[in-house]
Amino acid sequence: MREIQYEDIVKAIRDCIIYSANNLPKDAYEKMQEAYNNEKSPVSKEVLKQLLENADIASNEERPLCQDTGLAVFFVKVGEDLKVVGGSLKAAINEGTEKGYKDGYLRASTCHWDTRANLKDEIGYNLPAIIHFDLVEGDGLEIEYAAKGGGSENVSRATVMAPAAGRAGIIKYVKEVISNAGPNPCPPLTVGVGIGGTFEKAVISSKHALFRELGSENENPVLNEMEKELIVELNKLGIGAMGMGGTQTVFGVHIEANPCHIASLPVSVNVQCHSSRHTKIKL
Amino acid sequence: MSKTYNLTTPLSVNDVEQLKAGDIVYLSGFIYTARDAAHKKLIDLMDEGKELPFDVEGAVIYFVGPTPPKPGDPIGSAGPTTSYRMDSYSPRLINEKKLRGMIGKGKRNQDVINACMQSKAIYFGATGGAGALLARQIKSAEVIAYPELGPEAIRKLEVVDFPLTVINDTYGQDLYQIGRAQYEIKE
Repeated sequence: MREIQYEDIVKAIRDCIIYSANNLPKDAYEKMQEAYNNEKSPVSKEVLKQLLENADIASNEERPLCQDTGLAVFFVKVGEDLKVVGGSLKAAINEGTEKGYKDGYLRASTCHWDTRANLKDEIGYNLPAIIHFDLVEGDGLEIEYAAKGGGSENVSRATVMAPAAGRAGIIKYVKEVISNAGPNPCPPLTVGVGIGGTFEKAVISSKHALFRELGSENENPVLNEMEKELIVELNKLGIGAMGMGGTQTVFGVHIEANPCHIASLPVSVNVQCHSSRHTKIKL
Repeated sequence: MSKTYNLTTPLSVNDVEQLKAGDIVYLSGFIYTARDAAHKKLIDLMDEGKELPFDVEGAVIYFVGPTPPKPGDPIGSAGPTTSYRMDSYSPRLINEKKLRGMIGKGKRNQDVINACMQSKAIYFGATGGAGALLARQIKSAEVIAYPELGPEAIRKLEVVDFPLTVINDTYGQDLYQIGRAQYEIKE
């Protein structure tokens, strides 16, 4: 049994949140440079130039890349042989989240679903964090984090298709979702696609797909092929950076697939804006 | 072809009539921030026949909810939010109060586009997600109404050369449609 201190987790989460808000990850920065080099539209190219400059300013001056510093989303793999000393793991992640958003001068964007009142003074500063736990073998603790903004979340969609829809139906659906979204989710986008499982499993898979490194290959050859096809198809939509029209609409498409019920084909599309603030820590 | 203009608020009818979708505008002067919650309050005041917290005639409203400022800064990161959430409110401010400009990101509905044509207003796009870069062009910020809304309070901002693109002009043109049509590849 390995022991880990509650306070060490709080500090690691806090630091990771502040760093992520101010520093565009290397994979997203490189994709943005690539899009800048490849973009044919002068208007979209100018947008990408501003976004690269914005990333440099944010990093150099330690300022948030975007005013929408998101809801804090975590995927946590906890080893069965790990014990947190001094409190619960969930409480540590929430406390680290609150400290990170407060100390980093990040925006508290969590509100009541109905009254829309900001809940920072009632349940805590930008709390609760959205946490997906997975219990695994061993004594490790692996935490994937992303700040998820509202604009791209608002255009995300899920459905359950008839199995006959197949791969072609999935590709058509993803194209529809991104085409309808147009400029709203702040393209160029990362598109997370979750296939199979139950309804909620597909949605969670589409979220988790966004955490994968941009530019990495899918290990599954069928999914890898679908991702490559979708990148080409989505760029044909002509949406461009911030929807101004252009050739660079997506940075990448990431698919996660699961076995599913013989009657169903659940498909979820979770959209990520160009400010792909994601990171992974091991404790 | 796209032209570049330097304009100062308040904007006149002449200022906005010369602009075409795709033009670049560097805006200076005072602008006002408001998101959904503040818009709802403005419309409620109009319904009650009461005075609004700032003079809307010729004004430009920026759809933004900034991050808290770091000590010594006028404002935190301050890029645009998605504008469609203001679609149900904007036409009344344009038609009844002579609002001349809005700054945001993303599509507007036909009601807003029609109001821009009828009563002469412009919908400008600022680069979404460029919050650190745009904040550099904001020289001062003062909460003038609804401090209880936190990031959604109405702020009076002084901006210098704030970089904007004309999305919807006074002639019914939409840059999102024009731009996309140029690059869309249909089978």
